Amino acid sequence: MREFEYCRARSVDEVLRWLRDGTDSKLLAGGQSLLGAMKLGLMAPERLIDLQGLAELRGCAATAGGELQLGAMQSHASLARHALLRGLVPGLARLASHIADEQVRSQGTLGGSLANADPAACWPAGMLALGATLVTDRRELPADEFFTGFFSTALEPDELLCSVRLRRPRRFAYAKFEQAASRFALVGVALAQFDDGAVRVALTGGAHGVQRLPAFEQALGQRFAAEALQGLKVDAALMSSDVHGEADYRAHLAGVLAARVVQDALTLEST
Amino acid sequence: MLEFRVNGRPCRLELGNASLLVDALREPLGLTGTHQGCDTAQCGACTVLLNGRAVKSCNVLARQAEGADVGTIEGLAAPGEWHALQLAFSRHHALQCGFCTPGMLMRALAMKAEGVPPEPAAVRQALAGNLCRCTGYEGIVAAICEWLGAEHA
Ligand SMILES: Cc1cc2nc3c(=O)[nH]c(=O)nc-3n(C[C@H](O)[C@H](O)[C@H](O)COP(=O)(O)OP(=O)(O)OC[C@H]3O[C@@H](n4cnc5c(N)ncnc54)[C@H](O)[C@@H]3O)c2cc1C
Ligand code: FES
Ligand code: FES
Repeated sequence: MREFEYCRARSVDEVLRWLRDGTDSKLLAGGQSLLGAMKLGLMAPERLIDLQGLAELRGCAATAGGELQLGAMQSHASLARHALLRGLVPGLARLASHIADEQVRSQGTLGGSLANADPAACWPAGMLALGATLVTDRRELPADEFFTGFFSTALEPDELLCSVRLRRPRRFAYAKFEQAASRFALVGVALAQFDDGAVRVALTGGAHGVQRLPAFEQALGQRFAAEALQGLKVDAALMSSDVHGEADYRAHLAGVLAARVVQDALTLEST
Repeated sequence: MLEFRVNGRPCRLELGNASLLVDALREPLGLTGTHQGCDTAQCGACTVLLNGRAVKSCNVLARQAEGADVGTIEGLAAPGEWHALQLAFSRHHALQCGFCTPGMLMRALAMKAEGVPPEPAAVRQALAGNLCRCTGYEGIVAAICEWLGAEHA
């Protein structure tokens, strides 16, 4: 790794000042994706701004409006165990508990995963299916606008993701077919059903970053059962081919997982 | 100047910001019980405790541990003595070459605080980030289950 300046931020204002002073800076959350990229030389920032000291980026609590607010700097492991999250959206705590392994989960953060927007990551699919709101230092973005493609988000270069807000779904579930070595999703499907019957389905592991599956949403909105998906296919053009699997195999897998996740949602109901 | 505590002892190190925690432990501090296997956060041989949580020290900057408590295998027991977990590993033949063992022990230590139950399936899942190329895991899982289940530990 090339040498860089290291700063530990004491306030959001300080983060923003450093991001804007002309030095090529990168935010450091858990480092579980960023350090790997820097070791490979894919990134060589002049400065890392460590967010670990910012208490305002932590927390997991219900808001006055009855939504759930999760701080960007909450680790995957802390959310996997969080009693409130497990009670309100058990499928989301379960998603967190299946990311990587405990060591990576104890360092890696919700905000880091969302800002990184790895096309095989788990949180982006969960938040897109839940129609979450991503709260930054300057605005609120619906998940539909936040994720803009392969490792790409709507965040400005000097913008800080602070928290995520979501309304409680009637049901939520996520299933992934794991890549054996890393446990990243070869393909993953997240599904949320809301009290008004509306359904949102998000696919991860695709070629273009996380995305919704509108035909699946419509079918499940009419009838929330695995059989409702019969005859529906995921377009192989959405998927990529590599050593881990061909696009048509992945597309088939996505269909299988979608049916499975409906079943999971029916058993793993929000309490 | 980097300051943190390693196995309860305050340490001050002159280090580049790009130094990984594993490098800080092995080179200037000479704590070579923390092994570096893959350097890509996959094998778990470099697992140490950071404020009580198990982390992969090849994927954490030394600077990220500034002000923190770091626990390594060297702090497990006083010289000449053995920790109950080490004795359990010995009883169950839970190692062959031993390369993965410090990481396994540090990972297992954190399981107690996480509330991992002393059951093989749960321990295997909790051990997903630690690879052993020798033993086939049977002895490792048995040793950890025994230690987690023991009253005194
Ligand atoms: C072995 C291994 C297995 C893994 N398996 C999985 C898996 O199964 N599923 C999965 O989803 N992920 C997996 N991951 C990735 C892991 O979840 C990472 O923790 C996560 O993607 C990044 O989070 P981080 O906190 O470590 O972010 P960092 O690595 O610190 O940062 C990632 C990026 O986000 C930016 N960033 C961080 N925080 C903010 C913020 N608040 N605002 C704006 N930008 C920010 C950083 O500048 C950087 O560009 C795995 C990683 C490893 C090493
Ligand atoms: S050396 Fe750190 S996980 Fe392999
Ligand atoms: S004992 Fe040899 S790698 Fe585990």
